[in-house]
Amino acid sequence: MSATTPTARRATPRRRRLDSSLIVGIALVAVIAIGAVLVASVGRNFFSAGNIRDILTGMSVLGFVAIGQTLVILCASLDLSVPYVVSLSSLIAADLMAGNPANIPMAVVAVIVVAAVIGLANGLIVTKLKVNGFIATLGTGLIIKGYLDTNYKGTSGQVPWEFQLIGATGIGPIPVSTLLMLLVALAGAFFLARTRTGNHMFAVGGNEQVARLSGIRTARPLIVAHMLCSITAALAGLLLASRLGVGSPVVGTQGGYDLLSIAAVVLGGTLLMGGRGSIWGTIGGVAIFAVVDNVMSVMQVNPFLKDVVRGVVIVAAVAVYTSRSVDRRRPRFANASAPPTGPDGAGGDVDGNDAREEARA
Amino acid sequence: MTAVSTDRRDLGSRLADLGRTLVSPRGAVFLLLIVLLVAITVLNPSFAEPSQFIRFIQRVAPIAIVAIGQYFVIVGGEFDLSMGSVVTAQVVIAGNLIGQDEAKSLPVLALMLAFGALIGLVNGLIVSFLKVPSFIVTLGMMLALLGGTLYWTGGAATGNPADGFREIGRGGIRGIPVIDILPWSVLVLAVVLAVAIWFSKRPFGRTIIALGDNPTTARFAGARSWWVKTSTFMISSLSATIAGVLLVGYAGVHPSVGRGYEFIAITAVVLGGVVLGGGRGWVVAAAAGAFALEALFTLLNFAGVPSTYRDAVQGAIIIIAVAYSATTFRARRRGKGIDPAPAASTTIPDASAEASDAASGGSPGTATQTSPDTATQTSPAPAEERDAEASARPASIPSTSRADNETKGGS
Repeated sequence: MSATTPTARRATPRRRRLDSSLIVGIALVAVIAIGAVLVASVGRNFFSAGNIRDILTGMSVLGFVAIGQTLVILCASLDLSVPYVVSLSSLIAADLMAGNPANIPMAVVAVIVVAAVIGLANGLIVTKLKVNGFIATLGTGLIIKGYLDTNYKGTSGQVPWEFQLIGATGIGPIPVSTLLMLLVALAGAFFLARTRTGNHMFAVGGNEQVARLSGIRTARPLIVAHMLCSITAALAGLLLASRLGVGSPVVGTQGGYDLLSIAAVVLGGTLLMGGRGSIWGTIGGVAIFAVVDNVMSVMQVNPFLKDVVRGVVIVAAVAVYTSRSVDRRRPRFANASAPPTGPDGAGGDVDGNDAREEARA
Repeated sequence: MTAVSTDRRDLGSRLADLGRTLVSPRGAVFLLLIVLLVAITVLNPSFAEPSQFIRFIQRVAPIAIVAIGQYFVIVGGEFDLSMGSVVTAQVVIAGNLIGQDEAKSLPVLALMLAFGALIGLVNGLIVSFLKVPSFIVTLGMMLALLGGTLYWTGGAATGNPADGFREIGRGGIRGIPVIDILPWSVLVLAVVLAVAIWFSKRPFGRTIIALGDNPTTARFAGARSWWVKTSTFMISSLSATIAGVLLVGYAGVHPSVGRGYEFIAITAVVLGGVVLGGGRGWVVAAAAGAFALEALFTLLNFAGVPSTYRDAVQGAIIIIAVAYSATTFRARRRGKGIDPAPAASTTIPDASAEASDAASGGSPGTATQTSPDTATQTSPAPAEERDAEASARPASIPSTSRADNETKGGS
């Protein structure tokens, strides 16, 4: 395999460039096709407006969390504290609103500020104290969990009806919450593609050493990524508060948003080791989850078996991506270094080939 | 830990060495453990009585065994998130299949071991051959296994194994003079730890560390990386199985037994100074990390801290502990990322000087003054340049980390 593919790779660079995002789309279409057949077999219509609405609603909360998680994973870090941030922000929002519509802006701002502070703490621990992101966010998550367990015995606060509308209304079959999620995704994609910090995230995630030697202040993208991740988790918490009408200290952990969001990000073709990936791939991954969940609930699968199916789908889907050769570099770099391929190419070229061979071997 | 207390008798350089080891990240977990144990004893003097202490070890045994299993996976550069679910599955298997028939104990035990090995094999093969990140594979396995177990039991506590089987986790050898009772789980832990130490000193154990440190060089050195990787997952699943056997007796049969064990194990291993990402760590320190974690919980209990704050304190402690070792290790760990530089510098002699210039460019003040020095230092072995850069910044810490570096290279 490794003997034949290099020539194929050089012959058709364009096809390879489309791979990563296309595969997610193809997988999504395949899942939808299989789901539609399965749903049709029990005599229901997969494409009915109500069902599509259900799927899109299912996407919104995990989508918010996964967008932020994408940024963090792009920087080769992880955020395991998101479920607790989700719970905390739903509680803060519901408590501050206290059923009064006039408090809504204040509560939203407060929630976002608190989340930003948590994200800042995560980012500083990761960058300044050099703690692995896995451990750092596990630790801050536990700290928040301790706070939640100590101060809240159950649901708390009350969300005014005006705010509950966000989770309840829709434009045609598209819920407002999903539209907001897609808007955030658009902003995230724009941020990654067009801003300096966004570009630096790819660089830092790809190889922090090289990024530093290239004159990038490597701490800042990481801190920003962690802050944005906590803020999107807080948005998910706000959305959950608007759906439930109250704040709940277990709403985040029940959803399992930490591991599921990481799974969705990886499902969307983002490398767990950082440096490569996209927001839209993540949205595709979230959509795959939502479709699978929806099909299972329409077919009334046992709730425990759902977890089995989810686990198998996660591994199988990621295996489909990775069994194809994975490029560890972003396409535009590969494109730029492919034409020369002289023997006296710089160290970066050698690195690129190494990484590619490592990936396929 | 006993070795530490015997060494303390020798004064002079031995003591200085010991102190340095305890302060260095590698030994920090032992220092933490001693501090915690002393603190517990101060709060509750009866804790130091041998019979009480052996109970403490009995309580730690399952966690320590799981941590030992997780150690091999982490030091090989992977994660195993499925351990908690394996523990749950094994507990439920034991509860349902053995029932009150004591004669079934041994066959079911064999079945559980085979099941554990199978889970590890599946994890390892998917990681090695389908190239799926271990985080995702074991996450999927965790969901699938837990879902399957709950589906089987209907989500409720079912089954109760024969007392003879529960005796493994509960009972022990009675009538021993000083400690009154020697629990089986302490013996099991001792055996597992001894086997783990022996195993990690063997060539195969060394290969695991080499693979975690740098998969490419391990492959070039002729390691069968798929088999090494797969066997680490099998070890971790088997250790989760053993922990499950102990927990059946100790905690009973319930689908919530074992929940969260994967994170506890990872926390313990990391507390033990094992670097996530692989290639660094000591199995005894990983086990000591489990002891330190449980000692921390015991201390919080005795100190009257509300149980809801336990998580918060645990979170703070692991961040501080890892930050301590990470900031001390910083110089060494950074060196890992710069793989291509040695290749470039060996082909062109000038490149190494350039590289060191670029490296010291990070601190512009010293760059102009010391660049000839660093260039001459780094030219023989470019890997040293991280160390050289580090020694330019703090004065005292590099000496310990350098010493640590040497012991690692020598061993």
